[in-house]
Amino acid sequence: MKITFKVYRFDPQSGKAPYLQDFPVEVTPGMTILDALGEIKAHQDGTLVYRRSCRSGICGSCAMKINGFNRLACETQALLLKQSVIHVEPLPGLKPIKDLAVDMEIFYEALARVKHWLINPDPPPTDKERYQSPEDFKKIEVSTSCILCASCTASCPSFWADKNYLGPAAILKAYRYSFDTRDKGFADRVGALDNKHGLWRCHTIMNCTDCCPKHINPTESICHLRRMTVENKY
Amino acid sequence: MTIHQHEVLIIGAGMAGLRAAIEANKVADVAVLTKIFPTRSHSGAAQGGMAGALGNLDDDNWEFHMFDTVKGSDYLGDQDAIEIMCREAPELVYELEHMGTPFSRTPEGKIAQRRFGGHTLNFGEKPALRANYSADYTGHVVLHCLYDQCVKNSVRFYSEFLVTYLIIKDNVCRGVVAWDIRHGGLHVFHAKAVMFGTGGYGRAWRITTNAFANTGDGLGVALTAGLPLEDMEFVQFHPTGLYKSGILMTEGARGEGGYLKNKDEERFMKRYAPNLMELGPRDLVSRSIQTEIIEGRGAQTPEQKSKGIPGDFVWLDVTHLGEAKLREVLPQIFDLSKNFVGVDPAKAPVPIQPTAHYSMGGIPVNAAGRVVCDAKNTEVRGLYAAGECACMSIHGANRLGCNSTLDATFHGRQTGRTIARDIGNLTYEDLPPEAAQEAQAQIDWYYKATGKENLYDIRGDLQDTMQKNLGIFREAKGLEAQLQILGELKKRFSNISLKDKSQEFNTELQEAIELGNLLSFAETIVVGALARQECRGAHWRTDHPARDDAKWLKHTLAYREEGKIRLDYKPVVITRFQPKERKY
Ligand SMILES: Cc1cc2nc3c(=O)[nH]c(=O)nc-3n(C[C@H](O)[C@H](O)[C@H](O)COP(=O)(O)OP(=O)(O)OC[C@H]3O[C@@H](n4cnc5c(N)ncnc54)[C@H](O)[C@@H]3O)c2cc1C
Ligand code: SF4
Ligand code: SF4
Ligand code: FES
Repeated sequence: MKITFKVYRFDPQSGKAPYLQDFPVEVTPGMTILDALGEIKAHQDGTLVYRRSCRSGICGSCAMKINGFNRLACETQALLLKQSVIHVEPLPGLKPIKDLAVDMEIFYEALARVKHWLINPDPPPTDKERYQSPEDFKKIEVSTSCILCASCTASCPSFWADKNYLGPAAILKAYRYSFDTRDKGFADRVGALDNKHGLWRCHTIMNCTDCCPKHINPTESICHLRRMTVENKY
Repeated sequence: MTIHQHEVLIIGAGMAGLRAAIEANKVADVAVLTKIFPTRSHSGAAQGGMAGALGNLDDDNWEFHMFDTVKGSDYLGDQDAIEIMCREAPELVYELEHMGTPFSRTPEGKIAQRRFGGHTLNFGEKPALRANYSADYTGHVVLHCLYDQCVKNSVRFYSEFLVTYLIIKDNVCRGVVAWDIRHGGLHVFHAKAVMFGTGGYGRAWRITTNAFANTGDGLGVALTAGLPLEDMEFVQFHPTGLYKSGILMTEGARGEGGYLKNKDEERFMKRYAPNLMELGPRDLVSRSIQTEIIEGRGAQTPEQKSKGIPGDFVWLDVTHLGEAKLREVLPQIFDLSKNFVGVDPAKAPVPIQPTAHYSMGGIPVNAAGRVVCDAKNTEVRGLYAAGECACMSIHGANRLGCNSTLDATFHGRQTGRTIARDIGNLTYEDLPPEAAQEAQAQIDWYYKATGKENLYDIRGDLQDTMQKNLGIFREAKGLEAQLQILGELKKRFSNISLKDKSQEFNTELQEAIELGNLLSFAETIVVGALARQECRGAHWRTDHPARDDAKWLKHTLAYREEGKIRLDYKPVVITRFQPKERKY
């Protein structure tokens, strides 16, 4: 089936405003948006720019806005969208660099603000692991599958309005460590969380949860952290 | 050209690169160069686990692990290095846990362990629970944990920098030249020590589990710098790639009790590995699947059935494990099967076929992680390598599942420690002016090229022909044909042109450079495979159908000299386990 891909083109060097370019592609069953972009790049326009690596939904490189929704290009099958026209645009809310590639700098900076590593001043046991019950592992398991694709943060209206807002991905990371029974770092993180660019900026609009390709619910982790923050205070 | 100076340069931010960076950063100024953002590295795709004889659920010990690794390697692995790794693996896994890696847990709260192909108790008696895992996201959580630790320790990253040139003169490494992908332009990185952790080369094949980034750049760059590559003919085909795409379905699916079935729903492994069945080593299981397909017992798609075409895949059946258990221990396979073959693995068997997976060969290093450049193991001063791009050789002719996340992390750490020890005696050596000039001339060539060939078509043709002639079964005729084909592809490559002439974020330029690397090292695979007239591990010659220890119990070294590949050989290190017939 022939599908028209309307692809966002932007090259700051050209001095031209961004525009949508049409690329017709013969789509076969199983073909993903990433496959289609590859076909366009190989045989229609070698100047098209996008990021990708694993092509199996695990590296987090290829998040983009596909028919209005942030998803991974590599795990979205073109035919399953059931449209003869497919819009492909960069993630919103992050600075476009070129075509579908965006500047991820503020996304990574927000992560660093929540100290995304295990904090525990107590020395670990020698020659064995720290114990953790399967139930305690369960509490963080889903959050550890985050691939830092930025779909969530780029879908968040609170982030669009306030670029200093940590955003759902960074807050999820704070949850992943703070709710790990091996971690004692909440006090180190709370400063970044408990302010107007942190937990309280979220209006529980749930866009983030709707688009996460790993079925993670960042909104829920925001609620848990809010409770922890309040409990910590009183 | 901008010149940077860092005492230690680490090329690659997978498990090997990141683990090395943490170590070297304790005593030296370290910079990590990576062509993709660190957490995008393909280590994150590892699903099944990391080997280490913790014995949390059985009476495992490191000597069983060592024996299995040696036997799995078809006795081509170097036993001194294997011994150190297996002995210290439990401590490495504990350390990862202490750093914060989230592992699945036993009811008691210890690290959970599962079975994996070729890993046994008591020297082959029965399967061992040795793979330490986090559901089927093991590589992902280890990679992210190591990245988190690097940020914590303020390791400096240059992300989206593509290394194109290695500066070696008089057998001393002085740094690298890298292309700034984002902004364009070459940068010289002057260093006292350089470590390669650039990963594997599966992208030379059509059906592969490997990421687009796995183009073996480190090998291409090393070959051009005059270094040899070791054991390149040994390439592992994973038994269970999703039909058509080759995307991995973890061996954990069989570790947890999944079956392989042919079109008659027969568990055919009983004819090939009656003892370990589906948990035989990968080379054996892949050959068994391919044999089923060749002999007409492959499963068929409805279309193949209606047209009477023989099937070209088999089934991976995990339905009997039940949805609850699958969701708990193998959550990722749901999305993968659904998104890429449209199957719910809890309800129906998944169509799979063998897929190019792991590169046993690579840049020769000794057990300390220092690069060696000849059969006498002469060290190259200031140059190191670890992980999948290196050949120590831990995996010999065939790697066991779960041994390479261990290898990459363990030798990342070891090599980082070696660098930390060496750094006091290393200095910034002079940069030969011709290095920057040559690197620039390479880039200029791409911008000036005006040929008619399409680089993507050349890449596709390379992948198709490697698939056909350097697959699971090989013979002289196909190998000779492939040598000729590579010559033609190289000629075509010299006649390409880029549509994109811009400097900033020119991914077409990047793909051209990567294709240049693929074409360059592919020749070492073919020449090595043609010369090796025997069957060993993953290298199976139908025209020489037996292992030949008298002639071939040795490592291949492939050099490029005056445009041709020259082979040399070096002995295997055998300490505890003498070569025996390999039966499972
Ligand atoms: C799908 C899949 C599943 C696997 N599952 C398992 C498993 O369950 N257990 C197991 O033990 N092993 C598994 N493996 C193998 C194992 O994951 C890899 O061998 C290992 O992670 C490799 O790590 P690495 O650090 O050497 O390389 P990688 O993680 O591939 O990292 C390579 C790095 O090099 C950088 N790089 C490459 N070229 C350049 C260049 N020119 N310039 C700058 N940077 C460059 C990249 O950006 C990247 O950061 C699996 C492999 C695959 C493909
Ligand atoms: S729930 Fe909160 S974080 Fe998620 S999109 Fe809405 S405002 Fe943003
Ligand atoms: S939470 Fe989900 S959407 Fe957000 S970065 Fe992680 S994987 Fe992507
Ligand atoms: S290419 Fe890795 S997530 Fe899509």
